[in-house]
Amino acid sequence: MRYVVAFVRFWWNFIVGDDWRVAAGLLVALALTWILAHHGLAAWWPLPLGAGLLLVGSVADEARKSGRA
Amino acid sequence: MSSSVLLFFTTFLASAVEAVEALTIVLAVGTVRGWRSTLYGVAAATVVLAGIVAALGPALSAIPISTLRLVVGALLLSFGLQWLRKAVLRAGGYKPLHDEAAAFASGRAEAGSAAASRGRVDWYSFTVAFKGVLLEGLEVAFIVIGFGSGQSRLGLAAGAAAAAVVVVVAVGVVVHGPLERVPENTLKYVVGVLLTSFGVFWAGEGAGVDWPGSDLAILAIAAYVALVALGLTRSLRRRRERPRLVEAKA
Repeated sequence: MRYVVAFVRFWWNFIVGDDWRVAAGLLVALALTWILAHHGLAAWWPLPLGAGLLLVGSVADEARKSGRA
Repeated sequence: MSSSVLLFFTTFLASAVEAVEALTIVLAVGTVRGWRSTLYGVAAATVVLAGIVAALGPALSAIPISTLRLVVGALLLSFGLQWLRKAVLRAGGYKPLHDEAAAFASGRAEAGSAAASRGRVDWYSFTVAFKGVLLEGLEVAFIVIGFGSGQSRLGLAAGAAAAAVVVVVAVGVVVHGPLERVPENTLKYVVGVLLTSFGVFWAGEGAGVDWPGSDLAILAIAAYVALVALGLTRSLRRRRERPRLVEAKA
């Protein structure tokens, strides 16, 4: 059981990293892109916008936390 | 053509950064405990990594290209934002820079204090070198597989990674120590921007986006990601400087 937990934790850290909200936000941006593209609407903007916003949000949050420490 | 150059450049830089970190671990163990078992560990990890690339790379070519680009793009985007997040925080002064000299010193201290091995193989050296090379190399293996299968250029991506490892090891042999002068954070910053940009482009294509300007859109995305990251770094630096300025004025 210990090895399974360690295995799952390794892959979680490897793919998701320090901030799970970034990964969750990317999934939302990806889903929105897919929906727009499959309805024939302009779909090029959610991913770049999402990546930028998620980076700013995650970095600002971490900076706030370490500023308080 | 331009995307092939970017592919080579990104894979080379990502591999070089990870190779510098792996080299520090290997040097620390090898210089303290001897080279034979350490090099066995390096060789075993290299075989595992090559096996992962050789097995997964061609297997992925059986997946439809749009699905592949969606999955690979999402993974690259996740890796890219992780690299960029750390690089921005380090450049902004909110996270300590990775110090190869300190990592080398602590690796040597740990290797020196571990119990001596009695058999022909020193399992401590083997395990530390194996783990170090495997863990540092795993992300590179995924980047090679991702780039290689996403653009059907697995050979080029693997060649770029191998070239980076050869260059880093050669420089390490010449310098005879950890490569502490390599601007690791700057490299991570650049790789973060490129991985994020390719991730956005491929994940978008996989989800059905018709990018304005076709392949050239990658350059526009890279410029945009770089601008966001640089703006963020600048604002973090200003924020860090502000209390000091207030103190100085008081």
